[in-house]
Amino acid sequence: MVEIRTFEITNKLGIHARVAAKLVETANRFQAETFLEKDGVEVNGRSILGILTLYCPQGSRLTVRVVGVDSGEAIAAFAGLIEAKFGET
Amino acid sequence: MADDQKKTFVMKGIGVSPGIVIGRAYLFDRQDAQVPFYNLSDPGLVSAEIQRFRKALRESEKQLLELKNKLGDLGGGMEPLYIIDVHIMIMRDRKFIDRTLKNIREMSVNAEWAVRMTVDKYREIFDRMEDDYLRGRISDIQYAGQRILTNLAGKKRTAIDMGEGVVIIASDLSPADTAQLKIDKVLGFATDVGGKTSHTAIVARSITIPAVLGLESITRAVRTNDDIIIDGSAGVVIVHPDPEIRKRYEVKKRLYEKAQDDLLDYARLPAVTKDHYVVEIGGNIEFIEEIPSAVLHGADGIGLYRTEFIYINREQLPDEEDHLAHYRSVVGVKGLSWATIRTFDLGGDKFFPDKKPSRELNPQLGLRAIRFCLKEVALFKVQLRAILRASVLGKLRIMFPMISGIEEIREAKRIFTEVKNELLAKGTELGNDIEIGIMIEVPSAVIVAEELAKEVDFFSIGTNDLIQYVLAIDRINERVTYLYEPLHPAVLRLIKQVVDIGHKAGIRVAMCGEMAGEPAYTMILLGLELDELSMNPLAIPRVKKIIRGATLKESKALLNKVITLSSASEIRSFVGAEMRKRFPEDFPVNGQ
Repeated sequence: MVEIRTFEITNKLGIHARVAAKLVETANRFQAETFLEKDGVEVNGRSILGILTLYCPQGSRLTVRVVGVDSGEAIAAFAGLIEAKFGET
Repeated sequence: MADDQKKTFVMKGIGVSPGIVIGRAYLFDRQDAQVPFYNLSDPGLVSAEIQRFRKALRESEKQLLELKNKLGDLGGGMEPLYIIDVHIMIMRDRKFIDRTLKNIREMSVNAEWAVRMTVDKYREIFDRMEDDYLRGRISDIQYAGQRILTNLAGKKRTAIDMGEGVVIIASDLSPADTAQLKIDKVLGFATDVGGKTSHTAIVARSITIPAVLGLESITRAVRTNDDIIIDGSAGVVIVHPDPEIRKRYEVKKRLYEKAQDDLLDYARLPAVTKDHYVVEIGGNIEFIEEIPSAVLHGADGIGLYRTEFIYINREQLPDEEDHLAHYRSVVGVKGLSWATIRTFDLGGDKFFPDKKPSRELNPQLGLRAIRFCLKEVALFKVQLRAILRASVLGKLRIMFPMISGIEEIREAKRIFTEVKNELLAKGTELGNDIEIGIMIEVPSAVIVAEELAKEVDFFSIGTNDLIQYVLAIDRINERVTYLYEPLHPAVLRLIKQVVDIGHKAGIRVAMCGEMAGEPAYTMILLGLELDELSMNPLAIPRVKKIIRGATLKESKALLNKVITLSSASEIRSFVGAEMRKRFPEDFPVNGQ
């Protein structure tokens, strides 16, 4: 099962360390493998350094690709997190 | 003695810088100061390094989890806990781990180096980020890396915060080590290795703190925070002094300081014998901060400015402006009539912090000083340009170290002239009476001194190295320090030869080694008719006192007798007896 969705990063600080940590935690909750892609570069969703080096300031477009049995729940969790601006402003 | 009083013990070594300090010990461990980086000599070591790295990772993670629990128990904001999670995640990151392992396997470097390379790689990536906040997140990766390095070092490590007023206990201190210490907080040094002319001794004397070296095993016997007394005059270290000993030393310390103040009266007086023979007195310095001490203690000029510390412990090589900033403070100082700047004397036991030239088995005989400069001409020219530019500020002498033959001085002068002409062509204002001189410290230079004298305006005899080379003694090997003997007839005859040849050629002859500052030798040096004695500022008042109390006539008579003696021990006992007779107050019977 594969789920792919693209989001805009809208929180002010973009994907900084704490946000990246939340993305990793989310990826780790599911069996499915998560891949994050920006500008043609894709990284593993379980790697905080991979996510940080993607470099996503406010306004970046991030594509989330989830592959695995629970990909539906996983993509929903990512959507919830990103759309809620990671709990930030 | 009370039960809780630790047992007092005494260790004896070589007193290299006089004075008494009563304080507490700080055990300086090089691992505290710098992370070791090295290539693995054997591919079989790779798996061991990987194990070390994994162990350090596990320990780091465990410490962070403990820290998180502790902070969690305290309650409060969530922020710090998140940061800890971030650091744990970095340490668990596959990319981070794989990259480090790859460094160890493919580059054959130790785990510390591999971690550093990984962090550096990320810094490169983050440096390219435009957003300030996101770019700043490299600090989290650096923090994680630092914690791993700490665990690789195998002990809890904090920044070198040794506290106030400590005595540094070390195996040996390299120039880089001393430069890394907060030197103004150091009250004294005590080391396992070293002798009168080793680097630690020179530093201790230049900042006028007591030091005892060559104690062999003090790093094993003393722990940080132990109470300790250092008597740099006697070469004695007392650990866990009982209250009575401590009191006795407090009195001694006061007496020593008072004696110093008394001698300061001589600092202000000229160095002239009773029969009107004038000796110029130079001060040896390696930090511009020592200039006030040189003036205070009665130097007529700066007889030796060692420029090594301009190079040591820097990220990059100093540029022309860095040099000039130092030379500006040395040349044309009020109260001092000249400054002798010695060019680059690196190599040997003095080295760059990072750009280490290939390891030499015998660095004292290796590519150092003028040899290095003539190979690294670009680097040499930077220093020469700055020295030339400083010459407009006052009387300046330039001195080349370790000249062993005529080609070296000719080549050094050729480069000097080239740089000078370049500056003049650009319209730079230069002083018009810069004197050029050489250190006489290699025995071959003594043998060809007649030819060398035609090339230069002055000689300066560097006795530390001259003695080492003439007597074939490794000056950092304490097993042969007993052979280090300034009064060896061979040494005295060589010095006499240099002075005589220099004077016949009509040039100045100075002495800038440690020997020049030893009052027991002052009459011999007077007898030799050296034009200048340059020494540690602290030594000047005592030497002046002897000069002012002696005559050239009797000094020459003393020298004539000394020159006929065939062994150092005969010379030592003869000179010792004469000095005691002549200056009973300054040479008490049981002292040196």
